Amino acid sequence: MAGMHLLSDQGLRLDGRRANELRQIRCKLGVFSQPDGSAYLEQGNTKVLAAVYGPHEIRGSRTKSLHDKALVNCQYSMATFSTGERKRRPRGDRKSQEMSMHLRQALQAAIRVEVYPRSQIDIFVEVLQADGGNYCACVNAATLAIMDAGIPMKEYMVACTASLGNGDVPLVDISHLEENSGGPNLTVAALPLSGQVALMEMSQRFHLDHLPKVVECALQGCRDIHQILDQAVRRHIEVSGAVGWGIRPQVKL
Amino acid sequence: GTILQIVREHYLRDDIWCGSSICRKCAHQDNELILEKIPLSKNKIFPFPHYILLDTCVVLNQITVLEEDALCNVIILQTVLEEVKHRSSSVYKRLKDIIGNPNRKFYVFVNEHHKDTYVEREPGEKVNDRNDRAIRVSVAWYESHLMPNKGDRKKKDYVRVILLTDDAENKQKAENDGLLVATVGDYVRHVDNCPGLEDRLSQHNTTYELQAGGREPLFPSHLTPSQIHEGIKSGKLLQGSFLASRENFLEGQVSVEGQDKMVLVQGCVGLNRAVDGDIVAVKLLPKEEWSVPSHMVLQDEDDDSGDVLEEEDTLIKSRETQVEKLPTGHIVGIIRRKWRQYCGILQQNPIKGSVRHIFVPAEKKIPKVRIETRQADTLSNQRIVVTIDSWPRNSRYPLGHFVRALGKIGDKDTENEVLLLEHDVPHSKFSETVLSCLPKLPWIISEKDVQSRVDLRHVDICSVDPPGCTDIDDALHCMELENGNYEVGVHIADVSHFIRSGTAIDKEAALRATTVYLVDKRIDMVPELLSSNLCSLLGNEERFAFSCIWELTQEAEVVNTRFCKSIIRSRQAMTYEEAQMKIDDLTLQDNLSKSLRGLNSLAKILKKRRIENGALVLASPEIRFQVDSETLDPVEVETKKLRETNSMVEEFMLLANISVANKILEDFPECAMLRRHPKPPLSNFEPLVKAGRNLGFEINIESGKALALSLDNAVRPDNAFFNTMLRILATRCMMQAVYFASGMVQRDEFFHYGLAVPIYTHFTSPIRRYADIIVHRLLAVSIGADVTYPELLDKRKSQTLSHNLNYRNRMAQYAGRASVALHTHLFFRGKVQDEQGYVLYVRKNALQILIPKYGLEGTLYLSPHKAEKLNVTFVYNEEEQTQKCGDVSFRPFDPVTVQLSLDQSNLQHEKIIMKLVNPQV
Repeated sequence: MAGMHLLSDQGLRLDGRRANELRQIRCKLGVFSQPDGSAYLEQGNTKVLAAVYGPHEIRGSRTKSLHDKALVNCQYSMATFSTGERKRRPRGDRKSQEMSMHLRQALQAAIRVEVYPRSQIDIFVEVLQADGGNYCACVNAATLAIMDAGIPMKEYMVACTASLGNGDVPLVDISHLEENSGGPNLTVAALPLSGQVALMEMSQRFHLDHLPKVVECALQGCRDIHQILDQAVRRHIEVSGAVGWGIRPQVKL
Repeated sequence: GTILQIVREHYLRDDIWCGSSICRKCAHQDNELILEKIPLSKNKIFPFPHYILLDTCVVLNQITVLEEDALCNVIILQTVLEEVKHRSSSVYKRLKDIIGNPNRKFYVFVNEHHKDTYVEREPGEKVNDRNDRAIRVSVAWYESHLMPNKGDRKKKDYVRVILLTDDAENKQKAENDGLLVATVGDYVRHVDNCPGLEDRLSQHNTTYELQAGGREPLFPSHLTPSQIHEGIKSGKLLQGSFLASRENFLEGQVSVEGQDKMVLVQGCVGLNRAVDGDIVAVKLLPKEEWSVPSHMVLQDEDDDSGDVLEEEDTLIKSRETQVEKLPTGHIVGIIRRKWRQYCGILQQNPIKGSVRHIFVPAEKKIPKVRIETRQADTLSNQRIVVTIDSWPRNSRYPLGHFVRALGKIGDKDTENEVLLLEHDVPHSKFSETVLSCLPKLPWIISEKDVQSRVDLRHVDICSVDPPGCTDIDDALHCMELENGNYEVGVHIADVSHFIRSGTAIDKEAALRATTVYLVDKRIDMVPELLSSNLCSLLGNEERFAFSCIWELTQEAEVVNTRFCKSIIRSRQAMTYEEAQMKIDDLTLQDNLSKSLRGLNSLAKILKKRRIENGALVLASPEIRFQVDSETLDPVEVETKKLRETNSMVEEFMLLANISVANKILEDFPECAMLRRHPKPPLSNFEPLVKAGRNLGFEINIESGKALALSLDNAVRPDNAFFNTMLRILATRCMMQAVYFASGMVQRDEFFHYGLAVPIYTHFTSPIRRYADIIVHRLLAVSIGADVTYPELLDKRKSQTLSHNLNYRNRMAQYAGRASVALHTHLFFRGKVQDEQGYVLYVRKNALQILIPKYGLEGTLYLSPHKAEKLNVTFVYNEEEQTQKCGDVSFRPFDPVTVQLSLDQSNLQHEKIIMKLVNPQV
């Protein structure tokens, strides 16, 4: 039956990971020069680009402007070549719009929006290759891009998925194959240090007995990802210095 | 079309260990050390310690050899495991069972995710070749991995790895790589102290040759899977499951999905090596060549006649053309074999010392099987189990191999074992883990239990059951209320209190699904402590119950219903007879008798109303054996008597089931476990309508009610049994009632045809049916007495569960009938008796006779049987369904007197022989 055998008797998942192992994460900050901040992130075969513009004055109608905080504007899009079958519309469809809203909900909770009243921050994310956990990869990439832009945040905003294998074992960081096997999936976007949850979404109903351990599994995934992202940011600062903040990196030949 | 691009990640790991106790390089956990340090070699060609590594084809073809305890310390590669899973789920399950047995020391090595043993498929390489290469790479890795470092310890004690493969190419390549390799046959033949092992070798690869040498193949070849796929897609071929005829070995039917009528297949060429149950592809013949079932009873009685097919034309063709023809086809390919293990006996080869023998299965639908064994002398008087391996085109019978012996033929235990095996009834003893789930004795009702339950110990409750019943799961009470209404309670054993979900005992019960009743034996669904003691509502014992209590008016209208978990104390456990006596004896005025009378009068109203609604009263001959208490041999036969009290209990159980069904459906619209009885398709009724018409009765089958009415009206004063015969025929037209999850079936299909109620479930026998336990759990949740668990609310899981329940129920029913037949045979040993019988069907060369006294159905041959000669000839009239000889004629339902005796000439199928006594011819 669907969702039954995601975990072999030897404790390995279909792609060879154990239940509590993340996919390999590779990331890079400052990949573009045009935007104020940018990042590229790979979570296994899921690959996303994020770009941040702002904070800047409200564009378009002024009515959108908020008097006490910045407006966070997100746009989620998927490249036509990102999925197994070619996509027709890269953005603007229902699913993308929903993703954009969820992104905004998560990022707004982490950015210190009250620092920039009457201004706007634009965040664009593009999925280059989709292999499960698209939303998580986007949140994580956006967090890095916001850091790169130098916009203050309360904490890293990190997202991770979890599911149930063989009916009762929580699996972290679900791949596309596992997503499609029919089991219930849970997505969490959280502030890993304080443990606050900004967004939680379930694809199906979980039985109450299983929910706590799946949530805990996803939160543990968030903490693990936080470690990785934090290292990447520190390395980036060390290597390139804070470019554009007046400090030149020491160039060694 | 569109292009689908698939990219998958594949992680290679460095934390997968080799599983060997001798290894110092891997960081094993203790429980992962499966392979022994220095395995003792029992093999003459490899007289040094070694592990065995298996190729996929070995696992697939030789699983019975692997199931023998002789082979231990085996490495199963993940590549092999995956391939087996893909190719055959039954072999996969058996392999998993072996792996799960710690004594066998089977280790699964996840070579596909190991950094050193993963191999990538090369361009142009076939998947199979790649897998073979992966296996060889793993063997090589193990060899070098287990090789001690230079100068490290003594060189002697290190372990080698031997690859077993039957694939010649793979073997050749492995030899070239310098690996130790052998075929299974070679390996097994040289294992010491295991004489039976070789017999278990599958005959898969040994090409079957006839003594006579090259001959034309007997059967047309099967189409390839891709041809079949094409054919089905384009509609030229039909897919369906093959059902062999029990009566004629050259005939069978294919039930094609979504088609009302079965496709007929006839003759060796038409059947083309299909075995009962196989999923096959059939090609329909053009309409001119359609045919009708032969109405012949034909058995394959030849001794091993070599590989010649009889002149079958005379057997099937030559038939009048007026009758309606059925779609007829030829089987052109096998989509999936459904071969299992078969019980039967050995028919020894007349040539002394030969190892080739014929196996005759107990199930008549299964063809004989050729096997090779060297133990023929010891096995010839035993029941044995055999599997089929293959069926080559030039062999008249399939090839198989011996699996195990069950015991002496004719021995009752052996025969019971055969019966249980043939019907797939799990009947092993309860395992230790299961027994450990039982409550500790003495079992005491605690204060907490009393608080959480309704105390009904003061109510006069009693139970009514057949004599000798120890698993009492229902009890009743009835009280008159002040307003003139009645309070009626049905109290059901609270099994779900003891069997909690997810425990070993629960899993075992779910697997068994039902208690199986044989004539002299009961195979329990739950251990005896529960079934006959703690759950059973014994007289004068305090027991937990799940109660369903109604307020009924004098006219038996339900005013209100409530459900509760309760504690009861049954005043008396009565038999039907005792209860009947209490009701009839009006001098008795105690509470119990009054309550029984109340129940009885209400039940009569309920029954009347039910029958007015169109519930069917069907009949099937049911008999009971008086069994000798010591030898357990049957000494006398009696037909079950039906008393008023039987139907009294039945009515209230029905009412309880219906009330519960409504309640759980209301609270769990998606996952309630219900029971439905589909309306049979009109074509099912053909034999009934035909039989009725021939005798001048019009049977109306438009609705259940119409059918019930016309059955009631079909009475013949000259034949008292006539009506019962019609009802027996009607029963055979019915569909099986089935369990289902409410979310998986459309609402209007919930209907129960036989009982004529819109919704029904099983609530009243949780001791002997698993469905009732599920229903109890659902009801407990809906009244807030218990909590849910995930599986209970998953409609797909419920559906899978109900499939198993349906299957087991069907099998239990068949097993019960087979047990009755077995005892009838025992009863007739050494007896010859004249009995009154009735003609059930008229066949072309025989009459099907029913003897109601024994519930026995048998064949009375009218045409001469091979050697013997009858001096009379019967003329068969297909139109009128009669057989005539002179002025004697037989029509369906005619009474006859026959002489019964047991024919013991065929050891396997002792059968009852019928000889015509009256009318004389």
